[in-house]
Amino acid sequence: MTTVETPGLDGAPTRKGSSFKPLAGSRKAVDLAAHILVVVAVIIALIPLVWLLLTLVWHGIEPILNPDWWLSSARYGGAANAIVGTLVQTLLATVISVPLGILVAIYLVEYSDGTSLLARATTFMVDILSGVPSIVAALFVYAVWRTTLGLPRMGFLVAVALVLLMMPLVVRSTEEMLKIVPQDLREASYALGVPKWKTIVRIVLPTALSGIVTGVMLAVARVMGESAPVLILVGSTKAMNWNPFAGNQESLPLMMVQQYGQGQGAFDKVWGAALTLVILVAIVYIGAKVVATVFAPKKS
Amino acid sequence: MTTSSTGRHAGPDDADVTPSAPSGGPPPVTLTGSAASRLGDVLFRRLATGSGMLVTVVIALIAAFLLISAAPSLADNEANFFTYSGDWIVDGGVLKFGIPKLLYATLLVSAIALLIAMPIALGISVFLTEYAPKRLIAPVTYLVDLLAAVPSIVYGLWGILVLGPAMVPVNKWLVNNLGFLPFFREPKDNVTNMSTGGTLLTAGIVLAVMILPIITAVTREVFIQTPVAHREAALALGATKWEVVRTAVLPFGFSGYISGSMLGLGRALGETMALYLIISNSGPIDFNLMESGETFATKIANNAAEFDSPAKTGAFISAGLALFVLTFIVNAAARAIVGRRQA
Repeated sequence: MTTVETPGLDGAPTRKGSSFKPLAGSRKAVDLAAHILVVVAVIIALIPLVWLLLTLVWHGIEPILNPDWWLSSARYGGAANAIVGTLVQTLLATVISVPLGILVAIYLVEYSDGTSLLARATTFMVDILSGVPSIVAALFVYAVWRTTLGLPRMGFLVAVALVLLMMPLVVRSTEEMLKIVPQDLREASYALGVPKWKTIVRIVLPTALSGIVTGVMLAVARVMGESAPVLILVGSTKAMNWNPFAGNQESLPLMMVQQYGQGQGAFDKVWGAALTLVILVAIVYIGAKVVATVFAPKKS
Repeated sequence: MTTSSTGRHAGPDDADVTPSAPSGGPPPVTLTGSAASRLGDVLFRRLATGSGMLVTVVIALIAAFLLISAAPSLADNEANFFTYSGDWIVDGGVLKFGIPKLLYATLLVSAIALLIAMPIALGISVFLTEYAPKRLIAPVTYLVDLLAAVPSIVYGLWGILVLGPAMVPVNKWLVNNLGFLPFFREPKDNVTNMSTGGTLLTAGIVLAVMILPIITAVTREVFIQTPVAHREAALALGATKWEVVRTAVLPFGFSGYISGSMLGLGRALGETMALYLIISNSGPIDFNLMESGETFATKIANNAAEFDSPAKTGAFISAGLALFVLTFIVNAAARAIVGRRQA
């Protein structure tokens, strides 16, 4: 670093005819080595992804190409009951956690001044909640529902555990979106005499809507495959059960665990369930990207 | 937290802004209208604030209920919860259980995961902020994010059925050639994990893949914020691209990198389903990566079927409580580092 003879901003060697001396060999070598290492890191990271997706499709495509897989319950060799269970539990969790999460975000951005004790505590607790392991969330629900209240297992409990995992994600993303709504919009609304709550509901939320929807969908994709709660909060069943409030309810993760326990012979079903789960997650994920790009507010 | 200072907006519900009724007497319509709006404001504000409080209450409830459920079993525990490393005995009248083995396996696989994921995440972040051509940034970011979108149980399945068997020859080679190292000794009694590849090493690799996206996301976010002036100063002195990274970007973003890694660690500590499928047998407490082991989360998941009496359940909930405390500390520390940076 004692020499100051590099002309190019990008560290490129000296141009022809320039009076600057070229870069010293060792510095050039280190620069090149760093460049190579960095590219190698990216490639290493993508190996498991490609490997995983290829094996998933390779093993899982056969069972799911059969229409019965999607249409009949496990009793008749399909996975429809598990798919229904996954969707019902995820939907229920979404319906509960989205309004709550958005309200918390509204509190943090619109009502708190960011320095009050409650605001700081809430921000901190949202962070902590987002770090709570899924198995701990499930144990909490178990401790309340089963140990303390002595009530039966059901699909609804899985949804409650998912709410705990999903809410911090919704709060975080909504908070970010509300923060970037221009202050002028709020002030214009106040100037017209619109009360604050109406301003939030009619002006602020719609402006941030596409971002909020994207965040919610990403949160849904994240919790959809959460599998620890199903192990202790609901029993498995081969029959179709649309009702999350009564009886056992299968879901794709639970089906994977159950079938995996059956040994080698059931592995194609396990892979089929895994591929189905990934496809469902991918649909939500792609949906989020579409919402984000198509419905995003125009930027000037 | 630059935006949070602008978070509070003086709205019409603030007393000093609300126009007071002129002495001439306003028309009754306006009066009822504004009263109704104020009621709406009060209700909405209470609703939002209440929801904010709910988060704190929920955390308190989680801690309280885990504690209440675990307390009787902990009181009846005949062994020391923090030092007993024998088998868990929760059947019958006598309770004997302790967490050292779980803590050891949990920390060991998480450490392997961090050791693998941290350098790779650093590499990707540097690539994305400094080296990548513009048109590559979005796809690479997207692909790394995709790693986070795959459900953990699918990773577990891949880990035990695909990566594990692929690791068997590697494990054998390590045992035969590097067996003199404490990490790669022949497992003592549990040899099945050598034939399936369900070892702590495999588990650590799978965990590394799973926490890579979160570390990358946080680190990249911080690296991008490196002040342009720092970068340009280094360039003006004739630094190569790598020297810019070493002298400007890394010192600026290092604390963010560490806190991102701790968030990843928090995830790794609590990861359940992937490890549930890959490692499930209890192993000894030594640093041999060829052994199997049980983490807090897999211990609980493995014994879910045994939650039939409050005493038994309480024993497992106490393990969950220990895990909760552990992740709480790690996550709080990660946030504290971020918070100090921004202050």
